[in-house]
Amino acid sequence: MARIVGGLGLSHVPSIGPVVDRGRTQEPAWKPLFDAYVPVREWLAKMKPDVAIVVYNDHAADFTFDKYPTFALGVAERYLIGDEGFGTRALPEVTGDAELSTHLAQALIYEHEFDLTLCQKIAVEHGFLVPMNLCFAHGPSGWPVRAIPLQVNVIQHPLPTARRCYRLGQALRAAVETYPEDLKIVVMGTGGMSHQLQGKRFGYMNEKFDQWFLDQLESDPEALARITHQEIMEQAGAEAVELIMWLTMRGAVSPRARRVHRNYYAPMTTGMGLITFEG
Amino acid sequence: MLRPIPDTTIFDLRLSRRGYRLNQLCAALCSPEEREAFKRDEQAFMARFDLTAEEKDLILKRDFQGLIEAGCNIYFLLKIGSATGNGLYRMGAQMRGESYEAFLATRKIRGAV
Repeated sequence: MARIVGGLGLSHVPSIGPVVDRGRTQEPAWKPLFDAYVPVREWLAKMKPDVAIVVYNDHAADFTFDKYPTFALGVAERYLIGDEGFGTRALPEVTGDAELSTHLAQALIYEHEFDLTLCQKIAVEHGFLVPMNLCFAHGPSGWPVRAIPLQVNVIQHPLPTARRCYRLGQALRAAVETYPEDLKIVVMGTGGMSHQLQGKRFGYMNEKFDQWFLDQLESDPEALARITHQEIMEQAGAEAVELIMWLTMRGAVSPRARRVHRNYYAPMTTGMGLITFEG
Repeated sequence: MLRPIPDTTIFDLRLSRRGYRLNQLCAALCSPEEREAFKRDEQAFMARFDLTAEEKDLILKRDFQGLIEAGCNIYFLLKIGSATGNGLYRMGAQMRGESYEAFLATRKIRGAV
Protein backbone atom coordinates (compact mmCIF):
# COMPACT_ATOMS: atom_id res chain seq x y z
CA MET A 1 0.00 0.00 0.00
CA ALA A 2 1.21 3.52 -0.73
CA ARG A 3 1.40 5.94 2.16
CA ILE A 4 2.19 9.57 2.84
CA VAL A 5 5.30 9.64 4.99
CA GLY A 6 5.85 13.37 5.24
CA GLY A 7 4.67 16.84 4.37
CA LEU A 8 6.53 20.08 3.76
CA GLY A 9 5.24 23.64 3.70
CA LEU A 10 7.73 25.89 1.95
CA SER A 11 7.95 29.11 0.00
CA HIS A 12 8.65 29.39 -3.71
CA VAL A 13 10.36 32.64 -4.64
CA PRO A 14 11.59 33.07 -8.23
CA SER A 15 14.95 34.61 -7.27
CA ILE A 16 15.97 31.33 -5.59
CA GLY A 17 16.22 29.60 -9.01
CA PRO A 18 19.12 31.67 -10.36
CA VAL A 19 20.80 31.57 -6.93
CA VAL A 20 20.91 27.77 -7.19
CA ASP A 21 21.94 27.82 -10.86
CA ARG A 22 24.78 30.26 -10.28
CA GLY A 23 26.11 28.60 -7.15
CA ARG A 24 25.31 31.55 -4.85
CA THR A 25 23.69 29.54 -2.05
CA GLN A 26 26.52 30.20 0.42
CA GLU A 27 26.48 33.99 0.01
CA PRO A 28 25.62 35.74 3.30
CA ALA A 29 22.22 36.93 2.02
CA TRP A 30 21.14 33.41 1.03
CA LYS A 31 22.99 31.11 3.42
CA PRO A 32 20.38 31.37 6.20
CA LEU A 33 17.74 30.07 3.79
CA PHE A 34 19.76 27.17 2.40
CA ASP A 35 21.22 26.21 5.79
CA ALA A 36 17.70 25.53 7.02
CA TYR A 37 17.32 22.91 4.29
CA VAL A 38 20.44 20.92 5.26
CA PRO A 39 18.60 18.90 7.96
CA VAL A 40 15.51 18.72 5.73
CA ARG A 41 17.53 17.14 2.94
CA GLU A 42 19.06 14.68 5.43
CA TRP A 43 15.58 13.83 6.70
CA LEU A 44 14.35 13.28 3.14
CA ALA A 45 17.41 11.21 2.24
CA LYS A 46 16.65 8.95 5.21
CA MET A 47 12.96 8.66 4.31
CA LYS A 48 13.72 7.99 0.63
CA PRO A 49 10.35 9.01 -0.80
CA ASP A 50 9.46 7.51 -4.16
CA VAL A 51 7.16 10.33 -5.21
CA ALA A 52 6.65 13.99 -4.29
CA ILE A 53 3.22 15.50 -4.90
CA VAL A 54 3.88 19.22 -5.34
CA VAL A 55 0.95 21.54 -4.67
CA TYR A 56 1.91 24.75 -6.42
CA ASN A 57 0.71 27.53 -8.64
CA ASP A 58 1.89 28.42 -12.09
CA HIS A 59 3.00 32.04 -12.66
CA ALA A 60 1.87 32.43 -16.26
CA ALA A 61 4.45 30.07 -17.70
CA ASP A 62 1.94 27.48 -18.87
CA PHE A 63 -1.56 28.38 -17.65
CA THR A 64 -3.28 31.44 -19.08
CA PHE A 65 -6.71 32.95 -18.58
CA ASP A 66 -8.11 31.29 -21.73
CA LYS A 67 -9.00 28.47 -19.37
CA TYR A 68 -8.05 28.63 -15.74
CA PRO A 69 -8.62 25.47 -13.72
CA THR A 70 -9.25 25.65 -9.99
CA PHE A 71 -7.36 22.39 -9.34
CA ALA A 72 -5.25 20.80 -12.10
CA LEU A 73 -3.50 17.45 -11.62
CA GLY A 74 -0.60 16.32 -13.79
CA VAL A 75 -1.20 12.83 -15.19
CA ALA A 76 1.86 12.59 -17.45
CA GLU A 77 4.97 10.41 -17.60
CA ARG A 78 7.17 13.51 -17.56
CA TYR A 79 6.95 17.28 -17.17
CA LEU A 80 8.86 19.87 -19.17
CA ILE A 81 10.78 22.79 -17.72
CA GLY A 82 8.85 25.96 -18.53
CA ASP A 83 9.96 29.41 -19.65
CA GLU A 84 8.18 31.96 -17.48
CA GLY A 85 9.55 34.93 -19.36
CA PHE A 86 13.16 34.82 -18.15
CA GLY A 87 14.42 31.84 -20.17
CA THR A 88 14.35 28.11 -19.53
CA ARG A 89 16.51 26.95 -16.64
CA ALA A 90 19.01 24.20 -17.44
CA LEU A 91 17.28 21.57 -15.31
CA PRO A 92 16.44 17.98 -16.17
CA GLU A 93 12.84 17.19 -17.03
CA VAL A 94 10.76 15.93 -14.16
CA THR A 95 9.75 12.29 -14.23
CA GLY A 96 6.15 11.79 -13.17
CA ASP A 97 4.24 8.71 -12.10
CA ALA A 98 1.36 8.42 -14.53
CA GLU A 99 -0.02 5.26 -12.91
CA LEU A 100 -0.23 6.90 -9.52
CA SER A 101 -1.69 10.07 -11.09
CA THR A 102 -4.35 7.97 -12.80
CA HIS A 103 -5.26 6.31 -9.53
CA LEU A 104 -5.38 9.67 -7.73
CA ALA A 105 -7.58 11.14 -10.46
CA GLN A 106 -10.04 8.26 -10.22
CA ALA A 107 -10.12 8.20 -6.43
CA LEU A 108 -10.36 11.97 -6.04
CA ILE A 109 -13.09 12.35 -8.67
CA TYR A 110 -15.18 9.21 -8.02
CA GLU A 111 -14.72 8.66 -4.29
CA HIS A 112 -14.00 12.12 -2.93
CA GLU A 113 -15.87 14.22 -5.48
CA PHE A 114 -13.11 16.71 -6.27
CA ASP A 115 -13.64 17.70 -9.90
CA LEU A 116 -10.05 18.07 -11.01
CA THR A 117 -8.79 19.19 -14.40
CA LEU A 118 -6.44 16.47 -15.67
CA CYS A 119 -3.35 17.55 -17.60
CA GLN A 120 -1.24 15.40 -19.92
CA LYS A 121 1.19 18.23 -20.57
CA ILE A 122 2.49 20.72 -18.03
CA ALA A 123 5.64 22.82 -18.19
CA VAL A 124 6.64 23.44 -14.59
CA GLU A 125 8.29 26.63 -13.37
CA HIS A 126 9.53 28.28 -10.18
CA GLY A 127 6.39 27.53 -8.17
CA PHE A 128 7.21 23.85 -8.59
CA LEU A 129 10.95 23.87 -9.27
CA VAL A 130 12.18 26.07 -6.43
CA PRO A 131 10.73 23.74 -3.78
CA MET A 132 12.26 20.80 -5.67
CA ASN A 133 15.63 22.62 -5.74
CA LEU A 134 15.46 23.35 -2.04
CA CYS A 135 14.66 19.75 -1.08
CA PHE A 136 16.45 17.59 -3.63
CA ALA A 137 19.73 17.65 -5.53
CA HIS A 138 19.25 16.93 -9.21
CA GLY A 139 21.82 15.24 -11.44
CA PRO A 140 22.41 15.92 -15.12
CA SER A 141 19.77 13.42 -16.13
CA GLY A 142 17.15 13.63 -13.43
CA TRP A 143 15.80 14.07 -9.94
CA PRO A 144 16.00 11.61 -7.05
CA VAL A 145 12.20 11.39 -6.82
CA ARG A 146 9.33 11.15 -9.24
CA ALA A 147 7.01 14.14 -8.89
CA ILE A 148 3.39 14.97 -9.61
CA PRO A 149 2.25 18.59 -10.03
CA LEU A 150 -1.05 19.70 -8.51
CA GLN A 151 -1.68 23.24 -9.71
CA VAL A 152 -4.07 25.48 -7.78
CA ASN A 153 -5.70 28.74 -8.84
CA VAL A 154 -4.44 31.22 -6.27
CA ILE A 155 -4.29 34.23 -8.61
CA GLN A 156 -7.68 34.82 -10.25
CA HIS A 157 -10.47 35.28 -7.71
CA PRO A 158 -12.75 33.47 -6.96
CA LEU A 159 -10.14 31.06 -5.58
CA PRO A 160 -10.89 27.79 -3.84
CA THR A 161 -11.41 28.35 -0.12
CA ALA A 162 -8.73 27.45 2.41
CA ARG A 163 -11.02 24.76 3.75
CA ARG A 164 -11.51 23.27 0.29
CA CYS A 165 -7.72 23.08 -0.08
CA TYR A 166 -7.47 21.39 3.33
CA ARG A 167 -10.21 18.90 2.41
CA LEU A 168 -8.40 18.17 -0.86
CA GLY A 169 -5.34 17.25 1.19
CA GLN A 170 -7.38 14.89 3.35
CA ALA A 171 -8.84 13.31 0.23
CA LEU A 172 -5.35 13.00 -1.25
CA ARG A 173 -4.24 11.06 1.83
CA ALA A 174 -7.20 8.69 1.57
CA ALA A 175 -6.63 8.29 -2.18
CA VAL A 176 -2.93 7.47 -1.70
CA GLU A 177 -3.81 4.81 0.86
CA THR A 178 -5.88 2.83 -1.64
CA TYR A 179 -3.02 2.58 -4.14
CA PRO A 180 -1.76 -1.01 -4.08
CA GLU A 181 1.91 -0.38 -4.85
CA ASP A 182 4.19 0.03 -1.85
CA LEU A 183 5.25 3.65 -2.35
CA LYS A 184 6.46 6.33 0.05
CA ILE A 185 5.06 9.73 -0.79
CA VAL A 186 5.74 13.25 0.43
CA VAL A 187 3.42 16.18 -0.18
CA MET A 188 4.78 19.68 -0.62
CA GLY A 189 2.54 22.72 -0.08
CA THR A 190 4.28 25.72 -1.59
CA GLY A 191 3.95 29.48 -1.79
CA GLY A 192 4.14 32.74 0.15
CA MET A 193 4.21 33.47 3.04
CA SER A 194 3.37 37.16 3.50
CA HIS A 195 3.97 39.27 0.42
CA GLN A 196 2.33 41.82 -1.79
CA LEU A 197 3.72 42.55 -5.23
CA GLN A 198 1.58 45.45 -6.46
CA GLY A 199 0.19 48.81 -5.50
CA LYS A 200 1.53 51.25 -2.94
CA ARG A 201 1.55 48.31 -0.55
CA PHE A 202 4.24 46.53 -2.62
CA GLY A 203 6.77 44.90 -0.32
CA TYR A 204 4.40 44.54 2.63
CA MET A 205 5.30 41.66 4.96
CA ASN A 206 3.98 40.54 8.34
CA GLU A 207 6.24 38.20 10.27
CA LYS A 208 3.81 38.06 13.20
CA PHE A 209 1.08 36.71 10.93
CA ASP A 210 3.48 34.25 9.30
CA GLN A 211 4.63 32.86 12.66
CA TRP A 212 0.99 32.61 13.79
CA PHE A 213 0.15 30.74 10.57
CA LEU A 214 2.99 28.27 11.22
CA ASP A 215 1.81 27.81 14.84
CA GLN A 216 -1.75 27.15 13.73
CA LEU A 217 -0.72 24.87 10.91
CA GLU A 218 1.04 22.75 13.48
CA SER A 219 -1.47 22.83 16.34
CA ASP A 220 -4.94 23.44 14.91
CA PRO A 221 -5.17 23.11 11.11
CA GLU A 222 -8.96 22.55 11.25
CA ALA A 223 -9.36 26.03 12.76
CA LEU A 224 -6.79 27.54 10.41
CA ALA A 225 -8.72 26.16 7.44
CA ARG A 226 -11.56 28.53 8.32
CA ILE A 227 -9.40 31.55 7.45
CA THR A 228 -10.79 33.63 4.58
CA HIS A 229 -8.94 35.01 1.57
CA GLN A 230 -9.89 38.46 2.83
CA GLU A 231 -8.17 37.87 6.18
CA ILE A 232 -5.00 36.53 4.56
CA MET A 233 -4.80 39.39 2.06
CA GLU A 234 -5.46 42.09 4.65
CA GLN A 235 -2.99 40.74 7.17
CA ALA A 236 -0.28 39.31 4.94
CA GLY A 237 -0.62 40.99 1.53
CA ALA A 238 -2.66 40.16 -1.56
CA GLU A 239 -0.21 37.60 -2.94
CA ALA A 240 -0.03 35.74 0.39
CA VAL A 241 -3.23 33.87 -0.49
CA GLU A 242 -0.86 31.26 -1.90
CA LEU A 243 -0.74 30.03 1.69
CA ILE A 244 -3.99 28.13 1.14
CA MET A 245 -1.85 25.54 -0.66
CA TRP A 246 -0.01 24.79 2.60
CA LEU A 247 -3.33 23.57 3.96
CA THR A 248 -3.52 20.90 1.26
CA MET A 249 -0.20 19.57 2.52
CA ARG A 250 -1.41 19.71 6.14
CA GLY A 251 -4.59 17.85 5.23
CA ALA A 252 -2.51 15.17 3.54
CA VAL A 253 -0.45 14.32 6.63
CA SER A 254 -1.96 12.83 9.77
CA PRO A 255 -3.75 15.26 12.13
CA ARG A 256 -1.34 13.92 14.78
CA ALA A 257 1.73 14.29 12.54
CA ARG A 258 4.88 15.37 14.33
CA ARG A 259 6.40 18.68 13.32
CA VAL A 260 10.07 18.12 12.51
CA HIS A 261 11.61 21.31 11.09
CA ARG A 262 10.62 24.95 11.14
CA ASN A 263 12.35 28.05 9.81
CA TYR A 264 11.53 31.60 8.77
CA TYR A 265 13.58 34.04 6.70
CA ALA A 266 12.29 37.27 5.17
CA PRO A 267 15.16 39.13 3.52
CA MET A 268 13.44 41.14 0.77
CA THR A 269 9.74 41.07 -0.09
CA THR A 270 8.47 37.59 0.81
CA GLY A 271 8.26 35.75 4.10
CA MET A 272 10.01 32.47 3.29
CA GLY A 273 8.69 29.84 5.64
CA LEU A 274 9.56 26.22 6.09
CA ILE A 275 7.76 23.59 8.13
CA THR A 276 7.87 19.82 7.89
CA PHE A 277 5.71 17.04 9.32
CA GLU A 278 6.26 13.33 9.66
CA GLY A 279 3.53 10.71 9.77
CA MET B 1 -17.42 38.38 -1.23
CA LEU B 2 -14.19 40.34 -1.23
CA ARG B 3 -13.96 43.85 0.19
CA PRO B 4 -11.49 46.47 -1.09
CA ILE B 5 -8.10 46.67 0.67
CA PRO B 6 -6.25 50.02 0.67
CA ASP B 7 -3.33 50.37 -1.78
CA THR B 8 -4.09 46.91 -3.16
CA THR B 9 -5.52 45.59 -6.40
CA ILE B 10 -7.42 42.33 -6.04
CA PHE B 11 -7.21 40.40 -9.28
CA ASP B 12 -10.71 39.05 -9.72
CA LEU B 13 -12.61 37.75 -12.72
CA ARG B 14 -14.01 41.18 -13.60
CA LEU B 15 -10.52 42.64 -13.75
CA SER B 16 -9.23 39.55 -15.56
CA ARG B 17 -11.83 40.04 -18.30
CA ARG B 18 -10.76 43.63 -18.68
CA GLY B 19 -7.08 42.76 -18.83
CA TYR B 20 -7.45 39.62 -20.93
CA ARG B 21 -5.70 40.96 -24.04
CA LEU B 22 -2.89 42.51 -22.00
CA ASN B 23 -2.35 39.21 -20.22
CA GLN B 24 -2.31 37.35 -23.55
CA LEU B 25 0.44 39.69 -24.73
CA CYS B 26 2.42 38.99 -21.55
CA ALA B 27 1.98 35.25 -21.88
CA ALA B 28 3.40 35.40 -25.40
CA LEU B 29 6.65 36.70 -23.90
CA CYS B 30 7.35 33.22 -22.51
CA SER B 31 9.47 32.37 -25.54
CA PRO B 32 12.85 33.78 -26.57
CA GLU B 33 11.69 34.50 -30.13
CA GLU B 34 8.71 36.50 -28.92
CA ARG B 35 10.83 38.45 -26.45
CA GLU B 36 13.15 39.36 -29.32
CA ALA B 37 10.17 40.40 -31.44
CA PHE B 38 8.89 42.60 -28.62
CA LYS B 39 12.29 44.23 -28.11
CA ARG B 40 12.72 44.76 -31.86
CA ASP B 41 9.41 46.54 -32.42
CA GLU B 42 7.01 47.07 -29.54
CA GLN B 43 4.35 48.69 -31.74
CA ALA B 44 4.27 45.79 -34.17
CA PHE B 45 4.20 43.33 -31.29
CA MET B 46 1.38 45.14 -29.51
CA ALA B 47 -0.63 45.35 -32.75
CA ARG B 48 -1.19 41.58 -32.56
CA PHE B 49 -3.19 41.78 -29.33
CA ASP B 50 -6.08 44.15 -30.08
CA LEU B 51 -5.06 46.59 -27.35
CA THR B 52 -6.66 50.01 -26.89
CA ALA B 53 -4.54 53.13 -27.43
CA GLU B 54 -4.55 53.63 -23.63
CA GLU B 55 -3.27 50.11 -22.99
CA LYS B 56 -0.47 50.53 -25.52
CA ASP B 57 0.45 53.80 -23.91
CA LEU B 58 0.71 52.17 -20.50
CA ILE B 59 3.18 49.64 -21.90
CA LEU B 60 5.21 52.28 -23.75
CA LYS B 61 5.41 54.40 -20.61
CA ARG B 62 6.30 51.37 -18.42
CA ASP B 63 3.45 52.46 -16.16
CA PHE B 64 3.34 49.31 -14.06
CA GLN B 65 0.67 50.38 -11.58
CA GLY B 66 -1.45 51.64 -14.49
CA LEU B 67 -1.13 48.23 -16.11
CA ILE B 68 -2.13 46.48 -12.86
CA GLU B 69 -5.21 48.68 -12.67
CA ALA B 70 -5.98 47.94 -16.33
CA GLY B 71 -6.21 44.25 -15.45
CA CYS B 72 -2.69 43.03 -16.05
CA ASN B 73 -1.99 40.33 -13.49
CA ILE B 74 1.28 40.88 -11.61
CA TYR B 75 2.72 37.49 -12.58
CA PHE B 76 1.99 38.24 -16.23
CA LEU B 77 3.25 41.81 -15.93
CA LEU B 78 6.62 40.50 -14.71
CA LYS B 79 7.27 39.31 -18.27
CA ILE B 80 7.00 42.87 -19.63
CA GLY B 81 9.21 43.94 -16.75
CA SER B 82 11.82 41.39 -17.65
CA ALA B 83 11.73 42.20 -21.38
CA THR B 84 12.22 45.90 -20.63
CA GLY B 85 14.97 45.53 -18.03
CA ASN B 86 12.67 46.18 -15.07
CA GLY B 87 12.94 43.42 -12.52
CA LEU B 88 10.36 42.94 -9.78
CA TYR B 89 12.01 45.34 -7.34
CA ARG B 90 12.31 48.12 -9.91
CA MET B 91 8.65 47.66 -10.78
CA GLY B 92 7.75 47.63 -7.10
CA ALA B 93 9.69 50.79 -6.34
CA GLN B 94 7.82 52.57 -9.13
CA MET B 95 4.47 51.30 -7.82
CA ARG B 96 5.37 52.61 -4.36
CA GLY B 97 6.36 55.93 -5.90
CA GLU B 98 10.01 55.76 -4.83
CA SER B 99 13.41 55.30 -6.40
CA TYR B 100 14.90 51.82 -6.61
CA GLU B 101 17.56 52.80 -4.08
CA ALA B 102 14.99 54.22 -1.66
CA PHE B 103 13.00 51.00 -1.91
CA LEU B 104 16.04 48.81 -1.31
CA ALA B 105 16.82 50.85 1.79
CA THR B 106 13.54 49.64 3.30
CA ARG B 107 14.57 45.95 3.02
CA LYS B 108 16.30 43.82 5.66
CA ILE B 109 18.85 41.96 3.51
CA ARG B 110 19.46 43.87 0.34
CA GLY B 111 21.87 41.29 -1.06
CA ALA B 112 19.08 38.73 -1.40
CA VAL B 113 18.32 39.61 -5.02
